[in-house]
Amino acid sequence: MFQVRIHGRGGQGVVTAAEMLAMAAFFEGKYAQAFPSFGSERMGAPVVSFCRMDDREIRAREPITHPDALLVQDATLVHQSDIFAGIGPQTYVLINTGKTVAELGIAEATVILDPARLLQVPATELALEHVGRAVPNAALLGGFAAISGFVSLGSVEKAISHRFSGIVAEGNIRAARASFEFVNQEMAELSRGAANQTAGSTGGVNRA
Amino acid sequence: MLEQIEGSQAVARAVGLSRPEVICAYPISPQTHIVEALSVAVKSGALEHCEFVNVESEFAALSVAIGASAAGARSYTATASQGLLYMIEAVYNAAGLGLPIVMTLANRAIGAPINIWNDHSDAMAVRDAGWIQLFAETNQDAADLHIYAFRLAEQLSVPVMVNMDGFILTHATERVDLPSQEQVDAFLPPYAPRTYLDPADPVSIGAMVGPEAFTEVRYLASLRQHEALSSIEQIDEEFGEVFGRRPCGFFSSYRMEDAEIVAVAMGSAVGTLKDAVDDMREQGVRVGALGLRTFRPFPADAIRSALSGSRSVLVFERAHSPGFGGQLSADIAATLRSVEPTVHSVVSGLGGRPVTRRSVASAIQASAKGELGLETFLDLDESLLKREVTELGTARRSSATGGAVAQIIESSGPQGAR
Repeated sequence: MFQVRIHGRGGQGVVTAAEMLAMAAFFEGKYAQAFPSFGSERMGAPVVSFCRMDDREIRAREPITHPDALLVQDATLVHQSDIFAGIGPQTYVLINTGKTVAELGIAEATVILDPARLLQVPATELALEHVGRAVPNAALLGGFAAISGFVSLGSVEKAISHRFSGIVAEGNIRAARASFEFVNQEMAELSRGAANQTAGSTGGVNRA
Repeated sequence: MLEQIEGSQAVARAVGLSRPEVICAYPISPQTHIVEALSVAVKSGALEHCEFVNVESEFAALSVAIGASAAGARSYTATASQGLLYMIEAVYNAAGLGLPIVMTLANRAIGAPINIWNDHSDAMAVRDAGWIQLFAETNQDAADLHIYAFRLAEQLSVPVMVNMDGFILTHATERVDLPSQEQVDAFLPPYAPRTYLDPADPVSIGAMVGPEAFTEVRYLASLRQHEALSSIEQIDEEFGEVFGRRPCGFFSSYRMEDAEIVAVAMGSAVGTLKDAVDDMREQGVRVGALGLRTFRPFPADAIRSALSGSRSVLVFERAHSPGFGGQLSADIAATLRSVEPTVHSVVSGLGGRPVTRRSVASAIQASAKGELGLETFLDLDESLLKREVTELGTARRSSATGGAVAQIIESSGPQGAR
């Protein structure tokens, strides 16, 4: 079982992100489940969505308290809600931001993490460039495909095409690809840095 | 075909495949996505030969369904929580009239304080209304149960409520195998009411029944519910043959073989119980799970034999009766009443029938002789019932006027509406 929790704000496609991720896993023959934090969603209010993926039937239905991956669609949330709750050393965290961990001021909150699994991608900028709107969800999913390797970029693209059509789908796919490349590059740099510091261990982030 | 789909969308598709002729609904969370999707399907022409009626309230929604069903149309609606309470008079009427309406109840708590989230308070609020109540564990169940519900409702002339946990199922996307139209058509024949309202030959239905027959009307309602138990077993088998997956029957059993402890629930929590059972089994605890699908009629015999070997039964119930306790555990406790004293139910005084000293005495006497059953309808008019009970056994196709009930009304004199 691989569990993903997505944090963002109403209007950023937080629920759609979880559903597209589940769809990507479904295309790979996996069992997948996506659901929102059930509430009265409003534009701009903090929203959480969840996605579980497994090779067998998923029977659990409770909210995900110990995620294997955390996607943060809005970096302004990092100090406002307890978004890092339940993370462990093996959790992947991908934040939509152009800032560094130090600039975000989350070094303490994420100290438990394997540094190679804490990454940032300017998903909103990529969305503005490729989609023309500040909807970072598809871009973050492209980045997720890069960090976790749990679903392929191809499946993410297929899920985007399933959800959207025409130029909206094309733009989101371009954003997802750009994010995939960006995160891959970032991981390669982190890996080189880690190799320079401690010859041998690279933190195990390399995925095909 | 296997699809990754939201629960509400899957249910809308299953309802559409069941070829409803009238859909009427008023939106309320968490049911809204279902009727939204159906309204789109009707408007676009994807769902043919179906009228979608926009109404001004839940009371109107079920009232329209009642009218449509009485006129011989396959009718569907959906609601939740306060919406169900707002239509509750019509809920009882639909059952009393024996109309095979199918309704989704996207289970949600009842305020105050206002709360849009899931529990089973709404289902419990109408558990005595005379509807068959089924509970879905997964979205596959939810989709399947709707197709199943039309079949069951029309075979028995009883409305069926399909309960699915609000948000937890309605708003979750997961893998659902949606059947083809050919499969559904093979399982669910067109609705063929035995009688229906016809402007060319007008009748009234649901006219007044006084003390002389109201008890029999209620007795027959109970009889039909009990008959549903055997119908369910038969329909389960046919469903399995057509769709290649056999429904679980009255309930699903999980690792129950040697269970000393049994966890019981209805709805989406059953999956969680199974996970917990696995955890506890790993620790050597002999525990199993029972997921109740059929809440009304209550499969008391089957539950009794499933639970009789256990030491403890833990009922995880999503509703509570203030001042008493959980309704589901009370029902289950009632089926397990094997220790002294035995509890007898004597149904008496319905619809104005006098509870007489003589009848009370005769029940006491029967009890003293050990001849009183666990449930007795006091002063039941056996001769009035005899013909109707026989008829129920032979003619099971639906009747808009509620078949046997209408017969009772007709044979009982001036209240006959024709």
